[in-house]
Amino acid sequence: MSAAPADLPDRGGLNADVLSADARREALALLGLCSPGIVLVGIIIVLPIGWLFWLSLFDETGMLSGANYARVVEQASYVRTFITTFEVAFIVTGLCVLLGYPLAYMLSQLPRRAASICLIFVILPFWTSVLVRTYAWLVILQRKGLLNTWLMDLGVISQPLPLAHNFTGVLIGMTHILLPFLVLPLYASMKAIDADYLRAAMNLGAPPTATFWQIFFPLSLPGLAAGVVIVFILCLGFFVTPALMGGGKVIMWAMRMEQTTSLYSNWGAGSALGVVLLAVTLGLLGVFRWLLGARATSAWGAR
Amino acid sequence: MSIARSAPPINIRGIAKRFGSVPVLSDLNLDVAPGEFLTLLGPSGSGKTTLLMILAGFVRANAGSIGIGGEEVIAKPPHKRNIGMVFQNYALFPHMNVFHNIAFPLKQRRTPAAETAERVEKALDLVQLQGLADRRVDQLSGGQRQRVALARAIVFEPRIVLMDEPLSALDKGLREHMQIELRSLHRRLGMTTVYVTHDQREAITMSDRIAVMNKGRIEQLDRPETLYARPRTRFVAGFIGESNFIPVECRNDSVWYAAKRVYTASPLPSPGRHWLVVRPERVRLAANAEPDANANLLDATVRDVVYQGDSFICYATLADGQQIALRDYCRGDVLTLLPGAGQPVRLRIEPEDAILLADEI
Amino acid sequence: MNDDLGLPISHGRRLWLYTVGALVLLFLIVPSLIIVPMSFSGSTLLQFPPESWSLRWYEAYFQSVEWRDATIVSLKAAVLTTMVATPIGVAAAYALNSGALRLAGFINAVLTASLIIPVILIGIGTFFLYARIGLNNTLTGLVLAHTVQALPLVVLTVLSGFRSYDMNQERVARSLGAGRLAAFWQVTVPQIRFSIVSGALFAFITSFDEVVVSLFISGGETTTLTRRMFSALRDQIDPTIAAISTCLILLSVVLFSAAQLFGRKR
Repeated sequence: MSAAPADLPDRGGLNADVLSADARREALALLGLCSPGIVLVGIIIVLPIGWLFWLSLFDETGMLSGANYARVVEQASYVRTFITTFEVAFIVTGLCVLLGYPLAYMLSQLPRRAASICLIFVILPFWTSVLVRTYAWLVILQRKGLLNTWLMDLGVISQPLPLAHNFTGVLIGMTHILLPFLVLPLYASMKAIDADYLRAAMNLGAPPTATFWQIFFPLSLPGLAAGVVIVFILCLGFFVTPALMGGGKVIMWAMRMEQTTSLYSNWGAGSALGVVLLAVTLGLLGVFRWLLGARATSAWGAR
Repeated sequence: MSIARSAPPINIRGIAKRFGSVPVLSDLNLDVAPGEFLTLLGPSGSGKTTLLMILAGFVRANAGSIGIGGEEVIAKPPHKRNIGMVFQNYALFPHMNVFHNIAFPLKQRRTPAAETAERVEKALDLVQLQGLADRRVDQLSGGQRQRVALARAIVFEPRIVLMDEPLSALDKGLREHMQIELRSLHRRLGMTTVYVTHDQREAITMSDRIAVMNKGRIEQLDRPETLYARPRTRFVAGFIGESNFIPVECRNDSVWYAAKRVYTASPLPSPGRHWLVVRPERVRLAANAEPDANANLLDATVRDVVYQGDSFICYATLADGQQIALRDYCRGDVLTLLPGAGQPVRLRIEPEDAILLADEI
Repeated sequence: MNDDLGLPISHGRRLWLYTVGALVLLFLIVPSLIIVPMSFSGSTLLQFPPESWSLRWYEAYFQSVEWRDATIVSLKAAVLTTMVATPIGVAAAYALNSGALRLAGFINAVLTASLIIPVILIGIGTFFLYARIGLNNTLTGLVLAHTVQALPLVVLTVLSGFRSYDMNQERVARSLGAGRLAAFWQVTVPQIRFSIVSGALFAFITSFDEVVVSLFISGGETTTLTRRMFSALRDQIDPTIAAISTCLILLSVVLFSAAQLFGRKR
């Protein structure tokens, strides 16, 4: 009755060779279906990044050294870039949570039809070019932009507020672009919370506030965490908005990489920056997966 | 449409299947006679569906042989096996109407249009769906979908038909009706049929023979009446119908329950612990004065009597705490004998109803 | 069933929740919409609402050879990317969904890698590689890079289509005499075609809107629209861009509606 002898007849059983050959053929055919994609990703992404990683291990004289990585930690301009990047990432992520949580909560409470209409407003920006959206903010926030014009016309201010081409502009622009990345996974996780839990809690005597904080909020945390990680990671590597709205004053990681490679053609240093960025990204994702399972990447594809 | 003439036997030899390192089927052998209606019956996880999928060619076994009419098909792809299959959820193609669903296998075989139309018509007749050829699939009721799936599986006159719990999605009345209909369709067409179900009643109703499966093995393969009257393992006795299991011991060439001798028609087993299996409807209330040396008489106390309309079940406790159930029809004479809870009763079991089974555990 | 039944929020709280939610929604959508009327302004000054109306910025857009060429390059790249990424992605999704693929998790990770890897790194990497094999400033290079970026979206969209599709359909088709390919074409494809179309639309918009990688690897005759817009925005704010942006918004809305329409039919 035990399972132990069950394995025995498998090896060399009737037709075992024919069947395993057939299985191999099928496995190979399926692998063949994936191979164009794998080869393409291998050539366009893995190969060059591996190459850059290799380059980052050598200094300008072609000697194997850790100079590129040492500079990343030691040189003041690099350190300033990191501080700026993390500062932006933390603030933007915080703003996204602040704006995104109420929005996702509202969407999850709305009747199905109203929610799907409101969701269009969250998803449509996904389909709209980042450049268009950044341009819109430039038009609104710049020195002679719409906001300043209106506020001065109304007499609220006498001098134009410095809103674009600085830190504030970068924060507003990035929050606007990254907000849907937080709202969508959060909304999905809120939608998955069975309303019976909440009814049960209230039936057991919990007032609405307690029900929210003790039942709903903890259950929405995995979705919130997924959104936070996605937004934070995207912030670290963000290029377009800080490049256009930072006015050259807000240098973030990706911009530093671009300058180092395009402007100064210092491939070793630029690569080292890239390797560290990739390592931090994968590290954050790894920690997140370890904490919460494989939700992060699936939420990413939600667009 | 006549399949009977060419219905082949299926000979299954040494089938082994592992999912990862978990063995699902091990060294399984089974012969299905030409034109037979054979049911694979077992709980979920017993391997019955996996075996069916291997027969159809959707799952690849790790080893084994499947002969259909003497031809080895184990490594053939599904579309070359010429086997009709009905799935649990019917798997009707939603983007085709009834006609095109049924014509699908004929189209694959490049049957001329006129012949296709004729055969689809016949198949619709056979499953009593005349005139529904132009319906969309989502306009059909559950029972109609079931019939379309059936028509599609037999329209190309396959030699073998496989069915994976085809009636489980229907409600009770329709299910019982379809059981009879499937049975008579099988009688008319005579194709070799392998049917999978977890419903023992359905299996007993429809099958020529039933293979009871458990943990990847066939526990017993027999005609339904034999299976019910003479289960060979404790699992079969428990899975088919209801059973009382009473622990007994064999010593000194006789069988003992506590200090009482047990009379049984089963052959005497080896010394040691065994199970005495008795169907509840084979346990009788004995009139107190009934003296019979050869019957088994047991004194018990009634715990509860449950009325079920046509019959009742009486739950009683033997002196040592062993539980025993008794079922009988609600006839006047029995009802007058029926004791209330807490009252003592004497139970009677005939020797031919006392089945002895080896203690597996 | 009433969704709202017994949820822990009172009407008073609802009011402020709806207010905050509505404001955030406006924050998401209004900036892009403001561009539209401004693109019809008659003056070089960006005003809202504009004091005079004209089509001069659209004329400027359509009559400029540079803008027109860039738009054509972007359209070509997007169409080609769609044509390459869609079949590759569908084939891979089929294999990933079959359950019989070894290392499926790893292969999935490889195919969707471009979602996780910072775009700037892909940009620098492809530029570096293309410099050595002469693919910079070519349509081929652009399409290959965009295909890798669009692939995860096609794979994920089609995979989710497969998940809501009953694979027994393909099985039954095979048992009824259709070979694997025939069963796929005749039974599976008609039922997941909406996911495939959605995936293709994703691929198109991914390529058309792609900025960072295009900044590195496109130039000269193959300068993409996004690259040209990026440069223009760096220099000065030209109202022509408002006209271009309006066209892009229109394209987004059209593609998005198409994807929604197809998605609903699934």
